[in-house]
Amino acid sequence: MKTRRRMNVATYVALFPAFIVVVFAYLGTMLWTVQISFTESKLLPTFAFAGTRQYERLFATSRWSISLENMVIFGIGLIAVCLVLGFLLAAALDQKIRFENTFRTIFLYPYAMSFIVTGLAWQWILNPTLGLQQYVRNLGWTDFQFDWIIRNDRAIYVVIIAGVWQASGLIMALMLSGLRGIDQELWKAAKIDGIPTWRVYVNIIIPMLRPTIITSVVLLSLAVVRVYDLVLALTGGGPGISTDVPAKFILDYLFGRANIGLATAASSILLVIVLVIITPWLYYEYFRPKRERR
Amino acid sequence: MATATMTAGSTAPEPSGPRPKRLTADRVGLYVFLVIAAAFFLLPMYVMIVTSLKPMSEIRLGNIFSLPEAWTIEPWLQAWNSACTGLNCGGIKVGFWNSIRILVPSVIISIFVGALTGYALSLWRARGSNLLFAVLLLGAFLPYQVFIYPLVRIYSSVGIYGTMAGIVVTHTIFGLPLMTLLFRNYYASLPIELFKAARVDGGGFWAIFFRLMLPMSTPIIIVAVILQVTGIWNDFLFGVVFAGRENLPMTVQLNNIVNSTQGEKLYNVNMAATILTALVPLVVYFVSGRWFVRGIAAGAVKG
Amino acid sequence: MATVSIRDLEIDFGTIKVLKTLNLEIGEGEFIVLLGPSGCGKSTLLNAVAGLLDVTAGQIWIGGKNVTWEEPKDRGIGMVFQSYALYPRMSVRGNLSFGLKMARTPHEEIEKRVAKASKILQIEPLLDRKPAELSGGQRQRVAIGRALVRDVDVFLFDEPLSNLDAKLRTELRVEIKRLHHELGSTMIYVTHDQIEALTLADRIAVMNGGVIQQLASPKEIYRRPVNRFVAGFVGSPSMNFVDGTLKMDADGAGFVLSDGTRLSLAGYEFAGTPKDGQAATLGIRPEQVDLVKTSDDATVLPIKLTMLEPMGADSLVWGHVSGTQFSVRIDGEDHVATPATVDAFFSPSQSSIFDKASGARL
Repeated sequence: MKTRRRMNVATYVALFPAFIVVVFAYLGTMLWTVQISFTESKLLPTFAFAGTRQYERLFATSRWSISLENMVIFGIGLIAVCLVLGFLLAAALDQKIRFENTFRTIFLYPYAMSFIVTGLAWQWILNPTLGLQQYVRNLGWTDFQFDWIIRNDRAIYVVIIAGVWQASGLIMALMLSGLRGIDQELWKAAKIDGIPTWRVYVNIIIPMLRPTIITSVVLLSLAVVRVYDLVLALTGGGPGISTDVPAKFILDYLFGRANIGLATAASSILLVIVLVIITPWLYYEYFRPKRERR
Repeated sequence: MATATMTAGSTAPEPSGPRPKRLTADRVGLYVFLVIAAAFFLLPMYVMIVTSLKPMSEIRLGNIFSLPEAWTIEPWLQAWNSACTGLNCGGIKVGFWNSIRILVPSVIISIFVGALTGYALSLWRARGSNLLFAVLLLGAFLPYQVFIYPLVRIYSSVGIYGTMAGIVVTHTIFGLPLMTLLFRNYYASLPIELFKAARVDGGGFWAIFFRLMLPMSTPIIIVAVILQVTGIWNDFLFGVVFAGRENLPMTVQLNNIVNSTQGEKLYNVNMAATILTALVPLVVYFVSGRWFVRGIAAGAVKG
Repeated sequence: MATVSIRDLEIDFGTIKVLKTLNLEIGEGEFIVLLGPSGCGKSTLLNAVAGLLDVTAGQIWIGGKNVTWEEPKDRGIGMVFQSYALYPRMSVRGNLSFGLKMARTPHEEIEKRVAKASKILQIEPLLDRKPAELSGGQRQRVAIGRALVRDVDVFLFDEPLSNLDAKLRTELRVEIKRLHHELGSTMIYVTHDQIEALTLADRIAVMNGGVIQQLASPKEIYRRPVNRFVAGFVGSPSMNFVDGTLKMDADGAGFVLSDGTRLSLAGYEFAGTPKDGQAATLGIRPEQVDLVKTSDDATVLPIKLTMLEPMGADSLVWGHVSGTQFSVRIDGEDHVATPATVDAFFSPSQSSIFDKASGARL
C-alpha cells in the first residue's frame, strides 16, 4: 500500500533523462563498442563478423603490449607511492602541528589542476637542456644526469612522478578525514597502555582505515586506466611509443589511424579490466546489506 | 593540604605545572618531513611562475629555479593575446572564452538533472530505480574510450557532433552519476519526516522538489558546483573529441600551443599560458577551502 | 593500593580556565565519584590524573609519588572510557594483552593476567571474538578487563556507562561496585548521573564551573548540600525551592513566605548565625514532605495541589506553595484528590536553607 502510494507518474518523468542516458549513452554505446570489436570494421563500422580476429591482432601489436605494460607500471607505481605518501602526510598533519591548514592547502592544490597543466609543468622542469638537470650542472656537478623524460626505459617513471604530484594530495585528504573519524578515546587508551605511536598506527589505526584505503585504491586504479591527458601533455607518449598507454592507443586508432575495429577491441579490454576492479567494490560499498560498523 | 613528606631542600625541582617543553627529535623530523613535502608540491608552481616572468634570454641559460633578473609581464600578455596554435595566433583567450561558454550551461544542466534524479531516487519509488542507479554508478567508473565512438556516431546523426550543444550534452551525461550520487545521499540524509509532512500537506512530486528540497540543497549545490566547475574546466578528452574546432576548450588549446612543433619554444609564454589555464580551478580551490575537501570526500567515499 | 593527591591543580584551555586551583585527597582503596553537569571540568580532571593532558599549574601525586610529568603508562593507572575504545580489529584476547606485550611482559605472565581478569569479569567465552561481535555491556566488560590486566592500583572511569541502555547500566553498576569490593583498589569515577554517584561512591565530589562544590559522602551530599547548586543537582525529582525571608524572633527561627505565611524552622541546625530579615531559599526534597502528620515537631506547609502523576512504586503530586511550583512524593498506593488545598508537613531538621544571594547553606 505504502509503496503504491508513493509511486507516481511524475517520478517516471523525472527519471526519464537518467533513463535515456543509461540506456543509450551507457549501455547502448557499450554494447555497440563491443559489437564493433567483433567485426572487420576499419574506417567505418561494417557488419562483417570477424570473430576474435581483432583481439588477436590487438595482442600481436607491440604498441598495445607496451601500452598495457606501461599501464601496469604506472598503476603499481602511482598507487604504491600515493598510498604511502598520502598516508604519511595525513598522519603528519594529524599530530597537532602548527600551520596545519597551510600545509594541507599546499599538498592538495595540485589536485585542483588538470592533468594537462600537470604534464606541461613537469615537462618543463624535467627538460634536460634547460630544466633541473642543467640547473644542477650549472651549480658545478657537471656530470649530473636526470634525463629520464627522454629515455625510453625511464620516461614512464616520470609520468609516475607527475601523477603522484597531482594525486597524492587527494589520498592525503581522504586519509586525513579517515584519521579524524577515529575515536580520540582510542588514542587515549593506547597511551594508557603505553603503546608507541608508530605501533598504534601499524596495529590499530591502519587496519581501521581499510575502507579508506580500498576507496583510495579504487579511485587511483580508475585514474590509471583512464590516464590519457597526463601522458599526452608530459611526453606525448614518447620518446617513440615508450610511454604509450591504452587510453591513448585507443584514441589514436579511433581518430588518427581510423582503425575502429582494433580500437574498439582495445576499449573492450579496458572495459573488462575496469569491471574486474570495481564490481566487487561497488557491491561492497553500495549494495551489501548494511551492518553496524565500527 | 599536602603532607610534608617531600624533601624541601632537594636540588632537583619538584615536577609541577606543565611538562617541560622539549623539542624532541620526533617533532623536528616531523616538521622536516612536512617542509620537504611542501617544497615538492610547491616546486612546479614556483618554476612556472618564475619562468613566466623571465625573458627568453635568461631561460636559455638553464637557471630554471632562479628568480628573474629582468622581470617582465610580456609573456603573460603574449600568452593571453597572441600565442599561436599552428597558424592561429589569437592567444589563449580564445580557449578561455570557449571554456567559459562550455562551463556555464554544462554546470547548470548537469547539476539540475542530477538533483532531480537524486531526489526521485531517494524519496520516491519507481519500478527498476535500484537497477537504474546501479547502472548509472557503473557508468561513472567505466573508461570513456568505451563510449566515445558510438557517441560520435549518434551525435553526427542528430547533428550535434562538433558543436557547443554536443560538448554540453557530453558533460551532462558523464556528470550525471556523480551528481545523482551526491544529491541522492544528501536527500536520504535529511529527516524523512520532513518529506512525510510535505506529503501530508498535499505536496506533489514537483512542488516538494522545487519548494522544499531545492531551497534546502544549498550546501550540496555548493559542493556540486565546485566539483563540476573544476571537473569540466579541466576536461581535455571530451573537449578534443566532441567540441569541434570552433569550440576547443582552454586545456586543448593550451596543449596545442605548448606542444606545437613550429619555431623556437617560448617557454615563458607557455608557462604563462599554463598558469592562466590553471587559474579558474585554483581560484575555486583557494576560495572554497574546506568545501573543496568536503566535495572530494563526498565524491570519493560512499554516503 | 595507592592514594591520589591533587594539589593546587589548574588547567586552562587557551584563555578559558577549566579547573581553578583544585585540591583533592583520595585515600587508599577509596571510591571517589566526580559528579557534575557537562563542561564542569570533571573529565578534564580525570584526564589530567591519567596524564592525557598537560596541567597548567599544580601537581598530581599517585601512591606517594609525584607523577605530574610522568607518561600515562608510568602512573600505575588503568582507564575505562565511555566509548569503550577497544582496538576494533583485535580479538578480546588481543585487546587485553596488547599493552602487556608492548611492555615486554613475559608470555606466561600475560596468560595468567588475562585469565584472571577474564574470570573476574566473566568474559572467558568471549576471548576470541572481535569487539564488533559483542554487545555494549560485553564491550565495556572487556574495556574494564583491559584496565584490570595492567595490575594497577588506581582505576579511572570516564562515564563508562553512558553509552549503555538503562537495564545494562544498572547491571554493570553493580558489577563495578562488586569489583571495587573484590580488588579494594582506588577508583575515580566520572559521571553526570547522580544515581551512579550515590550508589557507587564512598565520597562524591560535586563539581561545577571547574570548582569542587562539595566533597562528602553520598548521604551527606543528599542530606546537607552545601549550596543551592549541589542541592538542585543531586536528587530526583529535584529539590523544591521556595523563596522567602528568615524571621528570628521570640518564637525561634521562622521562614516567611512571600504570601506572609510563617513556617517554623524549629529543629533546623544553622551553619552560622542567621540574620533576621535575610532573604533566603528554603529547600525541601519531594520525599521529605508528608501529606499526613507523622510526628509532632513537623512544620505545617500549606500547599495547593493541582495534579497527580503516578509513577508505579510512588506518585508525584504537583502543586504550588505560595505561588512557586512544588512537588510531593507519596506512596504509589495512596491517592489524593486534586485540585485541593491541604496542609502538608515537613521536618525542618531534614530541610535546607540557602542564602538567596550567594546560594550558600545557612
